[in-house]
Amino acid sequence: MLNYIVRRSIAMPFILLGIVTMAFLLTAITKGDPLTAVVSEQQLNNPEIVAAARQRWGLDRPLPERYLIYVGNLLKGDMGTSFVTRRPVTTDLMARLPATFELVISAMIIGSVIGIVFGLLAAYYRDTAIDQGARIFSLFGSSVPIFWLGLALLFLFSVKYQILPGPGRIDPRMSPPPVVTGFMTIDTLLAGNFTAFKDALSHLILPSIVLGWTVAGTISRLVRANMLEVMEREFILTARAKGAGELRVVLRHAFRNILVPVLTVISYSFAYLITGAVLTEAVFAWPGMGSYAVTAARSLDFPAIIGVTIVGGVMFLITNLLTDIAYVLANPRVRLN
Amino acid sequence: MSVAETTGPASAAPLLRIRDLKVGFSSHGKMLPAVRGLDVELSKGEVLGIVGESGSGKSLGMLASLGLQARNAVVTGSVVFKGRELIGRPRREMRALRGSEISMIFQDPLSSLNPVMTVGDQIREALVLHNRSMTKAQATARVLELLQLVAIPQPDRRINQYPHEFSGGMRQRVMIAMAIANNPELLVADEPTTALDVTVQAQIMRMLRDLKEKLGLALILITHDLGVVAGHADRVAVIYAGLVVEEAEVRELFANPRHPYTRGLIASIPKLTASKDKLYSIPGAPPMLGALPEGCAFHPRCSFAQDVCRKVAPPTVELGRHRASCHFAETLPPWGEPARAAQSEEPAHG
Repeated sequence: MLNYIVRRSIAMPFILLGIVTMAFLLTAITKGDPLTAVVSEQQLNNPEIVAAARQRWGLDRPLPERYLIYVGNLLKGDMGTSFVTRRPVTTDLMARLPATFELVISAMIIGSVIGIVFGLLAAYYRDTAIDQGARIFSLFGSSVPIFWLGLALLFLFSVKYQILPGPGRIDPRMSPPPVVTGFMTIDTLLAGNFTAFKDALSHLILPSIVLGWTVAGTISRLVRANMLEVMEREFILTARAKGAGELRVVLRHAFRNILVPVLTVISYSFAYLITGAVLTEAVFAWPGMGSYAVTAARSLDFPAIIGVTIVGGVMFLITNLLTDIAYVLANPRVRLN
Repeated sequence: MSVAETTGPASAAPLLRIRDLKVGFSSHGKMLPAVRGLDVELSKGEVLGIVGESGSGKSLGMLASLGLQARNAVVTGSVVFKGRELIGRPRREMRALRGSEISMIFQDPLSSLNPVMTVGDQIREALVLHNRSMTKAQATARVLELLQLVAIPQPDRRINQYPHEFSGGMRQRVMIAMAIANNPELLVADEPTTALDVTVQAQIMRMLRDLKEKLGLALILITHDLGVVAGHADRVAVIYAGLVVEEAEVRELFANPRHPYTRGLIASIPKLTASKDKLYSIPGAPPMLGALPEGCAFHPRCSFAQDVCRKVAPPTVELGRHRASCHFAETLPPWGEPARAAQSEEPAHG
């Protein structure tokens, strides 16, 4: 096990280098001149200003040289300067990553719990009204567009009934707490400000539900299909024959046997949502990675695009490793090699 | 010897009495009968063999008796265990009964054990489920004792291992340990040796017999193999198409079978003395669920079948402690070496 983790950790920098190279090359072959992001439209006609900007951003150098410089800087933790915000990309990312993490983690908790419970119920009460209800629920989550769902929920709960606040992470009239973890809910608690904590938490609810719903649909279908298979296995009969109750049979005997596929889908959803929460972040004005990536892509902000790609890649690597470790804990027959 | 046994079998109420047990599955508005009226009895400490081909309803009948039938199955009839009617009993009470007073082991010990739980945890669960007050240490001590009882070497190491780390025979011993954990009075063994190597089969059967003596439990041995029954059962019930077609003490059954199906089963046991290429097998195949022939269900495969067999369901003929459901139970030719040989001469069909 430890051996495995060490070996995987050794392989990681090489995979990372591959990601960096791919991200760099992909931006290089993209049509469109990044200068449009740096220089204003009138100044684009001025060759002197254009040449100066090219030199200032290093765009006059050949691609291999730019690549080497970038990798060299990356080793020092420098991802370059964003064309748009004119701040170091690492600073931008560090400010936005926690916002996304907070949203995605709470969405994953909601989505996993609902998805697993609905999947278990649908499998146990197969072909009944409960199964149909769960099917409609998950179909809804995976087929209704997020922007529509987000707006609909915002309209219902924030505008019409005013139970929950509108977009953003915290009421703009409140002064945000000093940044410690970057998680608004945790930072407000650390600051001892309970009013702000309640406000931050209520801001988190709607976007988490919207994002979690899509995940819940996928998870509940997967849990249902796997449970139907496991419940037919003979050890389920053994468990019943020794006098186990149905709840124990389902949770302790059957569900434990499907943990591996469930963990897989949860971890992949998590890694995907880190950069894939774009629409939800847009609808709820959530200052996270998704909205940063969209702005960067729209304005050909190459350093920011590469930065987002690298962070997304690292997220996948880490979740993959954690998932593999979880496999071993979930299934004693898995031996990592 | 307990008091009940010394007073003689006639006065002792049976441990288990199954009367007219029917199990059916509804399919497209029709009822498909799988068990059509099972009648068996079992006394304390007795070994009853239930023999039949696969699909005859032998396992299903026992599962339904314990409330373990599939959800779409319909069960009627009567199963009385120690004076308590089990059919229609609340699920909670059935759960309390299963694994404590009545236990069951199954054919394939690998698929019958949960692959992601340690062997120790699975046995411990059987204990704790029925003894809420038991501490973890007490349970562990008992698990070790049980593993020793079923002759698993190094129990303190084995207790933390998973089923895939055990051999086939060892796994079945674990199943047995789990089944006897709460000192049941009845153990139902459903094809306990079918999935095992021949040498291991004998070990497991010997172990079951030893435990039966040691713990005084009654045993129901469900099998398709008359050979297993011959060596280990006190009494045998032969099941065909969801009905008991013949029941007798084991010696009596082999010496004087009164049903043509039983005769066919006995004749198809391979014998060292018989010539190799003349292994007898009953012609035809058991009837499909929902496509039972009229009259006697066995008549299409029976060499003695007459017109009456094709039209009228046979009565159950009682010959002392021996009963058989055949129109000709009393008039079949005597069963001896010549008859046996004659049956063996018949060419093998299907």
